[in-house]
Parts: sequence; C-alpha cells; structure tokens
Amino acid sequence: MWGFPLFPDQASTVAPQVDALYFVLIGLSAVFTLLVVGLLVYFGVKYRRGARADRSRPVSHNTRFELVLLTVPTVLALAVYAWAAILYFNMQRAPANALEFTATGKQWMWKLQHPTGQREINELHIPVGRPIKLTMISQDVIHSFYIPAFRIKQDVLPGRYSTLWFQATKPGEYHLFCTEYCGTEHSEMIGRVVVMEPAQYEAWLGGAEVAQAPAQGAGSAASAGEQQFQQLGCASCHRLEGGGAGPALAGIFGQEVRLQDGQSVTADESYIRESILNPNAKIVEGYQPVMPSFQGQVSEEQILELINYIRSLGTTAGPFEPEETTEPEGTTEPEETTEPAITATPE
Amino acid sequence: MAAITAPVSARKHYLNIDYSWRSWLLTVDHKRIAILYLLSITLFFFVGGFFATLLRLELVTPQGDVVQAETYNKLFTMHGVTMIFFFLIPSIPAVLGNFLLPLMIGARDLAFPRLNLLSWYLFMLGALSAVAAMAAGGVDTGWTFYPPYSTRSSNSQVVLTGLGAFIAGFSSILTGLNFIVTIHTMRAPGLTWFRLPLFVWAHYATSLIMLLGTPVIAITIALAGIERLLRIGIFDPALGGDPVLFQHLFWFYSHPAVYIMILPGMGVISEIIPCFARRRIFGYRFIAFSSFAIAIIGFLAWGHHLFVSGQSVYASMTFSAITYLVAIPSAIKTFNWTATLYKGSIAYRTPLWYALWFIGLFVIGGLTGLFVAALPVDVHVHDTYFVVAHFHYIMVGGQVMAYLAALHFWWPKFSGRMYPEGLAKFAAFTIFIGFNLTFFPQFILGYLGMPRRYYTYAPEFQVLNVLSTAGASILAFGFILPMVYFVWSLRYGRKADPNPWEATGLEWQTSSPPTTHNFEQTPVVTHGPYAYSPQEPHDYLPQGVARV
Repeated sequence: MWGFPLFPDQASTVAPQVDALYFVLIGLSAVFTLLVVGLLVYFGVKYRRGARADRSRPVSHNTRFELVLLTVPTVLALAVYAWAAILYFNMQRAPANALEFTATGKQWMWKLQHPTGQREINELHIPVGRPIKLTMISQDVIHSFYIPAFRIKQDVLPGRYSTLWFQATKPGEYHLFCTEYCGTEHSEMIGRVVVMEPAQYEAWLGGAEVAQAPAQGAGSAASAGEQQFQQLGCASCHRLEGGGAGPALAGIFGQEVRLQDGQSVTADESYIRESILNPNAKIVEGYQPVMPSFQGQVSEEQILELINYIRSLGTTAGPFEPEETTEPEGTTEPEETTEPAITATPE
Repeated sequence: MAAITAPVSARKHYLNIDYSWRSWLLTVDHKRIAILYLLSITLFFFVGGFFATLLRLELVTPQGDVVQAETYNKLFTMHGVTMIFFFLIPSIPAVLGNFLLPLMIGARDLAFPRLNLLSWYLFMLGALSAVAAMAAGGVDTGWTFYPPYSTRSSNSQVVLTGLGAFIAGFSSILTGLNFIVTIHTMRAPGLTWFRLPLFVWAHYATSLIMLLGTPVIAITIALAGIERLLRIGIFDPALGGDPVLFQHLFWFYSHPAVYIMILPGMGVISEIIPCFARRRIFGYRFIAFSSFAIAIIGFLAWGHHLFVSGQSVYASMTFSAITYLVAIPSAIKTFNWTATLYKGSIAYRTPLWYALWFIGLFVIGGLTGLFVAALPVDVHVHDTYFVVAHFHYIMVGGQVMAYLAALHFWWPKFSGRMYPEGLAKFAAFTIFIGFNLTFFPQFILGYLGMPRRYYTYAPEFQVLNVLSTAGASILAFGFILPMVYFVWSLRYGRKADPNPWEATGLEWQTSSPPTTHNFEQTPVVTHGPYAYSPQEPHDYLPQGVARV
C-alpha cells in the first residue's frame, strides 16, 4: 500500500507531448508562486511593525510597473495558449489509417467492438503502434471515455456520435474510467485497456481464423452489420446495384448527398443514424418518403454495426476485408471528405 | 482633522434597540438583515461541511465501506448545492456587503430596505426547499444537474432541489440590484467614484454579474424541471433535445458565478492589506478596473467547461484563449497587493494572516486554472481530482479565507466586541495547514487520473486519499474554532472601540456596533481611501469628517 505512484504511465503517442506542456506549466507556476510568496515573505519580514526600515515616500502607483504586469503575463499566457491549441488541434484529428472501433456507453458499462467484429465489455484489447479511432455513442445518459495513461478523454453523448483516437506505445494494462457522472454505479463503470504486441493481438483476435474467413469477413463488425441489414429488410429497398425504392448505399459514406429540399448533407454516422431512426427527416433527392422508422427496434450497437457495414461498402462498393487490419492502407477506408487527411501520426 | 466619532452617550445600537422576534424578522435595517444572513449561512456552511466530512471518511479506503454508492452520490451533490448556492455565493455579499456597503459610502441604509428583507426571505425559502429535498431522500445528480441524467434517470428530488436554487437565485438578483442602485445614488457628499473603497468597487462588479447572469441559471433550471415533469424535449436527445445546450446555459451563469464568489473576497483583501501594512494601496485604479475586467471577460469564458463535451474544436480554442485573458487582471491584483506591503509597517493580526493565506492559495488556484485552460492538459485532467483541487483552492483557499479575514476584521463593528487574538491566530494556522494537506494531494491524484465523484477507486490512489482525509479532519477542527470563540466573545470579549484597527473607512467613523441609522450626521468625504502612514507613531486620515 505504501508504494504509490506520483506520476501516471506514459503509454500513448500524445502522452509525452501533454506531459511536456504540463511540466512547462508547472515550471511557470513555480516561478510565479515563488516570486509572489518570496516577495510576501521578504516584505513581510523587512517591513514588519517595529523593524527598522526605510519607509520614506512609499509609492502608491506606478503606471510603468502596471504595464509590465499587463504585458509579461499576457505574452507568457498567449505563448502557452498557442502551444496548447496547436497540440490540441492535432490530438483531435485522427490519422486516416486508424483502425475503426466502436464504443457504446450505458449505465454502467462500456461495450466495445473491434473492426473484426469481436465484442468486449469493459475490456479493450488493442495492438501497440497502430492508431485506433473510436466512434462512440451512449444509449442513455452522458458518459466520458477516459484512459489516463493515454492522456485522452471524450464525452460519450446520447443521440450524437463522438470520436476519439489514440496510438498506444507500450504494451501493458491500463485503466479505463468513466469520468462524466452517470448515476449510482458511476465509479464502477470502469474497465481495462490491454495493449498487446501486434502478433499477440492477432492471436487474441483468433487471427488465423480471421485470415481464413471468406472475403465477406464472417466475423467482422461490418459483416455483423450486413446481417442486420438483411434481417431488418433494408436490402429489399437499398439494393446494392441500385434501382430500389431507396438509394443505393454503396460508396455514399462520407459523401455529400443532395436532398429533396435542395439542401445537401454529408452521409456520415449521424446522418445514417438519423435516417434509420427518423427516415423522413432528410429525404434524398429523387426518392419518396416511404421508409418506416426503426426507432425502438434497433439498439445503438446495431446502428453502429449498420454504419460499419455501409462504411465498408466504401466508395467502390468493395467488400470489407478484415485481413487488412495489420496494413495501414486498405480498401476499407472511405474517402475522407469531412476531415483533412493527415497521414502521419504526430510523434 | 476631526473624525466623526460616536457620541459618548450612545448606548443604543442596532443590536440592542429592540429584542423582540418581530423586530428581527420584520427588520428593514441592513445590519440586522446581514446578521440574519450570517446566522443562516453559518448553519449551511456547517451542514455542507458535515457532508464533506462524510465524503472524506468514505474515501479513506478504496472500497465503499462507509456509505452506499447512492448515499455517496447524494452526499457530494448536497455538499455542492449547499456550499455553492447557500454559502459561497451569498456569503460575502449578503453578510458583509449588506452590513458594510451603506456604512462605507456614508448612507443610512440600502436603497431598497424592504427589497433587502425580501431577498433574505427568498434565500431562506430556497434553502428550505433544498432542505425539504434532502429530507425527502436527497438528490444525486451532482450540483451541475446535467441532463439527461437529471431529467430522465435520477430517481431523486431533482425538481425540489432545483426549485431551491431557482428561488435563491432571485435573492441574488435582488441583492445585486439593490447594491447597484445604492452605490449609484446614495454616496455621501464628496464620495466620488475614485474615492470609493475597493470593497465597494468589487461589490459593484459582482452585482453586475448577479443581475445579468443569475436569470440565465434560473431559466436553465426551470427548463430542466419542465423537461423532467412534462417530458418536453429540451435537453434529452430521446425527446429531441440537446444535452450540450444545457451545459452551455448552465456554465454561462456558473462560470461567472465563480467570480461572484471570488470578487467580493478580493474586495475584502484590498481593505485589509493597506490597513495592516499602514500604507496606501498600490495601484488603486488598476485594482478597481481589474474587477470589471474579470467580471466582463469572465462572462465570455464559460465554454472552457466543455472542452471534452464534443463542442467544435474552434469553439474550444476560442474559449481557451479568453480564459487565458482572465488571468491578466487577476495577476494585476495579486502583484498590487504584494507591492502594497513594500515600505509598509506590517502588523500581524489575524485578518492579515487570512489575507496572506488568500493571496498564496489564490495564486495556486489561479495558476492551476491555466492548466485546465490549456486544452490538451484539460483533456487529461477534466473531471478528475485535479479540477476538484483547483476549484477548492479558489473557493475555499480564496473565498473562505477572505470570508474569515472579513469576519475577524469587521467583527468588532458587527458585535462591539473583540475576538481573542491568540486563539484566532491558532485557528488561522490550523486552517492553513489543514487546507493544504486536504487539497494539495488532490492535484497529484488528478494527474494520476483519479476521476471525481467516485466512491470506490483503484488501490494505488489510497495513500494520497488518506493524506487528504487527514487534512480534512484538521481543517474541520480549524473551522469549528472561530465559531466557538466568536460566540464566546459576544459575552466575554473585550469591548471594541469604534475604530480598533485605526482604519480609514467611513464604517469605522461611527460607533461599534453602529446605531440603527449608522451615522449621527451624514459624513462629508474630502479624499480617497487608505490614507495610512507607515511612519511611526501611526497616523492616518479617516475618509470622512463631520459636516461643519
């Protein structure tokens, strides 16, 4: 019990960068605190009542001094701000080759799914050295996904997708916490992240099995989505070859879609989710509002699988190939139209 | 120059003029209303402190062995609600502002004495509603009431508690309004704006926030209540609402509310330091204007509570920049207080010790504010104990230290008695040590990643939690001491002179305690405040003289 840490593990690519900023802030704070406290003590001793000191003509204002007080902290603060803002901006932009995971928060557990279809609860196994992107949604209240060792955190909202990315640099086990208060068992909504060597991760996934799977990827999240797609009867209208009562979905993910009312919308996760739950909200140009709502019939996880399926249809309607998981450039990636493509991960 | 001294024969003052219940509960005397606030706020401080003690006891071990999860969640919610709405926000303005503003500007009362009494009744009605909610089973949403948890999942007394905060909000609005009108219209002859004590400036800036910000929180809480009762979709996405909208509305008030809590404290420090350093305050105008800068910029910084909420990257970057700007006026104040000690003749009495604690702890609280304003660092420490430590350094290390400084400084004026100096110094040091031992380990805990609002936690966090709880018990002991000796002093304390600190403010130029109408004659002000001289023997120039 008496061996306790004073500093968290540094296990992601951004952790050292965040810590560097943290240490600079500590340094600046130490300088200012010592300056103020030092002056307080020095003046406090020197000018204590009864002590002999020169008290003649104490100044009560000095504009130059005040201007220095205005300028120096402003310049320092804005310098720190600029550094922090740039780092934050990069932390918000997932690399294009990231592995796409999904997470659903609910009272009080994390449900996670790998691109290959494996599901986990309150545990996340990931390979070291690969950027991982999480698309997250809550099925009840607000949660927040937090891995201290990676220095990353993102609120998980109901009704809206949020994303998060990280790249682990050190194999090991790390805490996964919920940090947005979410009710009685909030502090029990915890899990662990297991970072593994790529080969170990493959083995954990049952890599051999996956490699032998048919091209459709029997075990993948996308193929789970395809099953949903068939079972829910989506395929009868959204035909792959087009010409159905609904628009063909191949190649639309991430594209601009023109709507009946002349506006257009990006066919991203949110739009697909909305179209499943409230199909008549934004009708695609040239189609009739005939789709029934699936509100109450599909869970957030099923919707995520359906999105994965549509995403896997890509821009070329090529099937999702789960073997691509170890190679950064795959055909699985849709064209990124909503985000600037950053291929290099910040090191 | 002749100070306005109370007539020697004055035995009647605001406390003993009438002893009946009626004379207290129907009083329109700002000083009696201040005492009503003092009594009620002290009660809520100890209620909130009791909840905090239970929380810290639970956190001694990583398991949930003192209370159940649900009880723990209710305890931290009621701790937050009680401390923020019923202690921190009203404390300095409602107790000291009420008592001192008319005295400091040479007025007989506030501009609207009946409205002032109404504010107290609204405050008590709000508090009663919150107490009723506690009695009916409590509330477990956290003081921030974030939906959809608060409007959908929580089975607790959300509406009744929200109603309490809603009603208490009107008390705050009325007090702010009353102060603004009073400061504008009731200053004594000769008391120009730049002759006002900085305590008055600070309360003016605070009143603006109260008046402009509080209606927003009232509306926000009302909307959350409506959604919970009528299932109208405002914040809950399942009903078509937006949960982040609540956070924007909530923090639009609740961030400026931090300055409602801290600005009056800064006003207190600006009075105490010159008095005990026996010299004019350094940079009077910069301190006065920095209060306004803090109030105005503070209104634009709310979005820094939403850095991980999913708001746009550009919004976050803008709010972060604005937050950095709030640091500048705070830095100006801090350095000006420090510079005021230069060439002073410093007397180490209890109020000055608290003022020094304020500066030191506020520096740490303020600087760690820059950590949470720095976007990537905030992503890591958001909703962890780092934030808990940061805002307790501001709220307790800052506001509560200033409140205690003020209580000791003006106690002779309130009660006509002196507090026991030795015991008071002992309490001041106990509180300082207890405070730092309680909250400093929480910075480390937070950076390690311990989330807030957890009643069980990973075992490696235990040592720091044990330290924190040890500190909390010292702190609790420290807080009980002033209550004991203040009550003791009412009977056994040495009788106070009208001006025991040889201070310059108008409030010291009348008897202790003052008569119901404050001054025998309206004072005339001929010069600015803080005309102290550090040369010995001490001489000083009271701000007002009797009308010739």
